[in-house]
Order: sequence, then structure tokens, then C-alpha cells
Amino acid sequence: MIALLQRDLILAVRAGGGFGLGMAFFLIVVILVPLGIGPDLEILSKVSVGILWVGALLACVLSLDRIFSLDYDDGTLELLLTSPIPLEAVVTVKSFSHWITTGLPLVVISPILGLLLGLQVSDLKWVFISLLLGTPALSVIGAFGAALTVGIRRGGLLLSLLVLPLYVPTLIFGANVASKGLADISNNSALLILTAVTLAAFSILPFASALVLRINLR
Amino acid sequence: MLLSVDNLSVSRGGISLFEGLNFTVSTGEIVLINGGNGVGKTSLLRSIAGLQPIDKGKIAINTDNFIFAGDANGIKTALTVLENLRFWSAIFGGKNLHEALEKFQLRQLKNRFAGKLSAGQKRRLSLARLLLTDRPVWLLDEPTVSLDKRSMKQFSRILKNHLEAGGAAVVATHIDLGLTLSSLSINLEDYQMKNGNINASAKAFL
Amino acid sequence: MSLWEYANPVKFLNLSDKVLPFFAGFSIIGLAVGLFWGFFFTPDDYRQGSTVKIIYLHVPSALMAINAWFMMLVASVIWLVRRHHVSALAAKAAAPVGVTMTMVALVTGALWGQPMWGTWWAWDPRLTSFLILFLFYLGYIALWSSIDNPDTAADLTSMLCIVGSVFAILSRYAVNFWNQGLHQGASLSLDKEKNVADVFYQPLLFSIFGFVFLFLTLVLIGTRTEIRLRRAEALRLKKDRE
Repeated sequence: MIALLQRDLILAVRAGGGFGLGMAFFLIVVILVPLGIGPDLEILSKVSVGILWVGALLACVLSLDRIFSLDYDDGTLELLLTSPIPLEAVVTVKSFSHWITTGLPLVVISPILGLLLGLQVSDLKWVFISLLLGTPALSVIGAFGAALTVGIRRGGLLLSLLVLPLYVPTLIFGANVASKGLADISNNSALLILTAVTLAAFSILPFASALVLRINLR
Repeated sequence: MLLSVDNLSVSRGGISLFEGLNFTVSTGEIVLINGGNGVGKTSLLRSIAGLQPIDKGKIAINTDNFIFAGDANGIKTALTVLENLRFWSAIFGGKNLHEALEKFQLRQLKNRFAGKLSAGQKRRLSLARLLLTDRPVWLLDEPTVSLDKRSMKQFSRILKNHLEAGGAAVVATHIDLGLTLSSLSINLEDYQMKNGNINASAKAFL
Repeated sequence: MSLWEYANPVKFLNLSDKVLPFFAGFSIIGLAVGLFWGFFFTPDDYRQGSTVKIIYLHVPSALMAINAWFMMLVASVIWLVRRHHVSALAAKAAAPVGVTMTMVALVTGALWGQPMWGTWWAWDPRLTSFLILFLFYLGYIALWSSIDNPDTAADLTSMLCIVGSVFAILSRYAVNFWNQGLHQGASLSLDKEKNVADVFYQPLLFSIFGFVFLFLTLVLIGTRTEIRLRRAEALRLKKDRE
């Protein structure tokens, strides 16, 4: 399983589209929104949490189809299904490697982008923490959508339509953690629920995704 | 006995491909599956591998006993030959991959990116995966596609060694592999229904 | 003789043929009585005036929007467990009806909200939840239409429906957490005190009765169409092979 993670990470680096693209997209969103809203930092800081969360979410969705489609096209997925590794573990590992190549870079640059949107340095930690806890859920929920659409040619748009509604709870609790933290209100309950959502998604959804992959591979 | 197929029916796209297929495979035996395009050779192998549901009958095989090689190579073009093999070796619990490199004559190519290989070389790399595990039953779908004469002979020899060492194989192929070992040849066309049949899923609506 | 016998598509066609006129009849009676009574023979509300009368469309459609999804969930589980084709096709047929009901609920809600709250739209938890439900319906329908193999499509959409249901419930909870809204409490409840006044209540029951049978009628017709399409496909396959 470590071999699978290692391979996915090497492929993301060599074949491109891994670390860089999602981050670049995230940056573009954060640059474009002020151009639309206007330069007033006070207004921008009010909507900053929303922009950062929605931007991260969209950057994540863009790269979802890479989770399974490349392995599906060249037959690797079929071979993995007949290998000693349970398919559920394959899904979990691949979701995790998607998070490392897409989610984690977004988390890392989010404080810098927060500064661009007028956040105080002391507030940046809440953006960072909420994204750190929430983005893994985005990857594993997205993997379910990617599994559903793996056999469909040009399924990118369909994939976003299927996955984005599933992101609603994560988005709400994640943004809630950050905005309550920014307003100095206790955000313990939101923090707890966000963590629970991520943990539950990682422990339950891979089973559904594996089932769906088996259906798509037959 | 490593594999037994009993009264098997398999369908594709709503149409039954063949019905009432029976055979068994024991240590040292090979079953060759022939028949024209579309008779269901690939579907049969995929059913045995558990990838595809069956309509009727029974397939008895231990899931830890077989290794499947389909028509797709399952090769990552951005990885080198060695990296590709090392990955599969880790997945299947790691036998010595140098023997595999040697036998399929990939040693000189081992640091080359798989994307730079010819079709035949890619095929050899894909087949080398078979030697990375102790799993006895090889399920091979047209293994000799795009191999030249020399590579084909070589592959026949590897297959023969595998059988002599107590392995077994089910191979879908048009080509005479020149094997003299105990082998059963099945022509799937003999198991086609005379005037065809639609499968259970479609039949439910009649 | 069990109920499952009618899961056979041909038997289902025969049975539904017999019950369909009754369902359609109930639906027409329920809607006619409920809407006429509600629109013309109930007093105006002392606060809301005559705008309250949109309740006879709004509440039943909202109710059916949720129930349609619930029916799809049950049908999806039955398909995955028992592989009855009628079940999968009924779920498929319910989706367009459900999405229409969701749209009717949203539009009537906006029409009612404008004079009452002074706005066409508010990001109130209930309204937001319905918008999210609408998205779930769209995804479900889009997935059905993009897969060729009917059995695969049924399997995948069933899985989406089950996972989607969990997330829909979670979203409902999340949206409540996100904003406590201005929507009034439940219109119908077993707790008599909280119910809307009796004069409005009785015609509303007729209207709901009508909507339930309207839903059943439309789903039956849709399911029958889907069965016939599959039957035509099966016959074509069979003919090709002869």
C-alpha cells in the first residue's frame, strides 16, 4: 500500500498536474474575486473565509478525475482489483495521495492568500486549521464521485455536478470553524463536527467507492 | 484441482455468449480457449478473475491463487521499466524481480521510461508481472499480441517452465504456442447457442 | 403468492394497467376538491390575507419533493438487494417527478415569500435545503442519462441515491447550524396546537391526498414507459439473434 502511495506521488510529480495546477487555480480564484468585488480590504476580509473555502473546493474538484481515470484507462485498476490488496484500501490510499498532491498544497498557501484578502496575521491560523481538517474529506468524497464517473468519457462536468452537492456539509462546517474563530466566538462544536465528518468520510466512503468501482469495471 | 468451471453461462451487452461450459484445471495443466472474435474469450477470463458477473453455473477458484493479465498492459508510461515492476512486486508481495527482468530480456531496458518502449517491449514488461508472484494459475488474454517470433518462443518456454513447476494456465489465443504438455483446447464456438439467446436481465422484460 | 411477484415487469404492467385509472381518479378528485375549497371557500388569513392560499400548492409539493426522494431511496435499496428491475425503473421514473415537485415548492415559496417577507428569496435553512435537494435530483438524473448499460446505470444511481441521502440529511443539519431562519414552523404536525387553523387544514388534507395520487400516477406512467422501452430493446436483441 505504501508502494501505491509512493507510485501515485511520483506519477503526480512526473506527469504534471499534481502539486502545481490546483495551487495555481486557487491563486487565480483569490486574485479574480477582489477584481470583481472591489479593492476594499474591509469588505474582502468579511468574505475572505468564503472565498478561500470555495476556491479550495473548486481547485479540488478540478483534479478529481485523475484519481481513477488514468489507472482505469491503462488497465491498472483491473489488475489492482485482482491483486491481494483490498480495493477499499486502494481507494483510501488513492484518496489520501490526492489530498497530498492537491489538498495539502492548498492548505499550505492559504495563509498567504488570506493576507491578500485582508485577514489579520493572528486570524490566519483559523483558515489554516479549518482547511487542514476539512480538505481530506473533500478528497475522499470526491473519490466517490470519481469512482461513479470513471467509465464515462468526458465525465468532468458530470463529476462536478455529482460531487459539489456532497461537499455542502464539509463546506458549511469548515467555513463555520474559520469564521467563528475569526470573530473570537467559541468554535469548538464546529471544530468537533468538521473532524467527525472527515473521519467518518474516510472510514465509510471507501467501501461505497470500492463497490462502485467494481460495478464500473465489470 | 486449481480451477473448475461448471455449466457456465456468460453474457455481454444483454446477449448470452456461451452456455453450459465445463472444464477443470489442475497442477501442470493448461487450457487454451479459441474461437473467433466476439465469442466471449475475454468475458470468460474476466468472469474467472471475478471481474464480471456470470449468468449461470459455478466457477470454483481460490482468489489468492490466480493472476490475471488482460488485453490492457497496466503499464505507467511515466515510470521506468524497473519502477513499474517494483510496484507490482510490492503489490503482490515481492518475489525477486531480477529473474523477471532476465527472463523477459528487459535488463538492458530497465532504466528506460515505459512510455519509450515499443509495443512488443511493453507487452513483455506486462507479462514479466507474472513472474513476480507465486500464484499458480495464470489467466492470460491474448498474451502474445505484438510479440515477435523470438519473444513468442521465449514466452512459450516461460509458460512451459511454469507448468512444469506445478503451475497452471488458462490462455485465450489464436496462436499455436507449440506446447507439448497436457493441454486441453476449448473452442467457445461449440458452446454458443444455435440460435442465440438474450440474457436473464433482458429476458425479464419478455 | 407474495407481493414480490409483481416485481416481474410483465405482471407489473398488467397490474398497473388496472390500478392506474383509480390512482388518476383519486388524484383528480383530491386536487379538485382541495384546490376549489381552498381557493374559493376559505376565509383570508387575518395577517397574510389571500396569499395564504398558495399553501394548497406549496405544502403538498414540498411534501412530495421529499417523499419522492425517500421513495427513490427505498427503491434503490430494493434493487441492490433483490435485483428487481421494476424497482430500479420506478426510482428512475420518480426522479423527474421529484425534481418538478421541488421546483414547484421553490417557485410557490418565492411567490408566497415576496408579499410576506418582502423578498423573493432568502437564505433560510428550509429554502436552502430545498435548493440543495434540487441539486441532488439533477445529479441523479444526469447520472442515469450518461450510462449506456441499463443494469450498470441502475447500480450506480442506486449507490448515488444511498450515499446522497446520507449527505442530504447531513446537509439539512449543517444548514440549520449555519443559519436559523425566518420560515414558519411545520404546517402539519401531530401536535394539534401547532397546526394551521382548522379552516385551512381540511382542504389542505384533500390537496395533499390529491398530490400523493398525482405522484403515484406519474411514477406509474413513467415506470411503465421505462419497462416498455426495456421490453422493446429486449425484443430487438432477440430478433437480431434469430
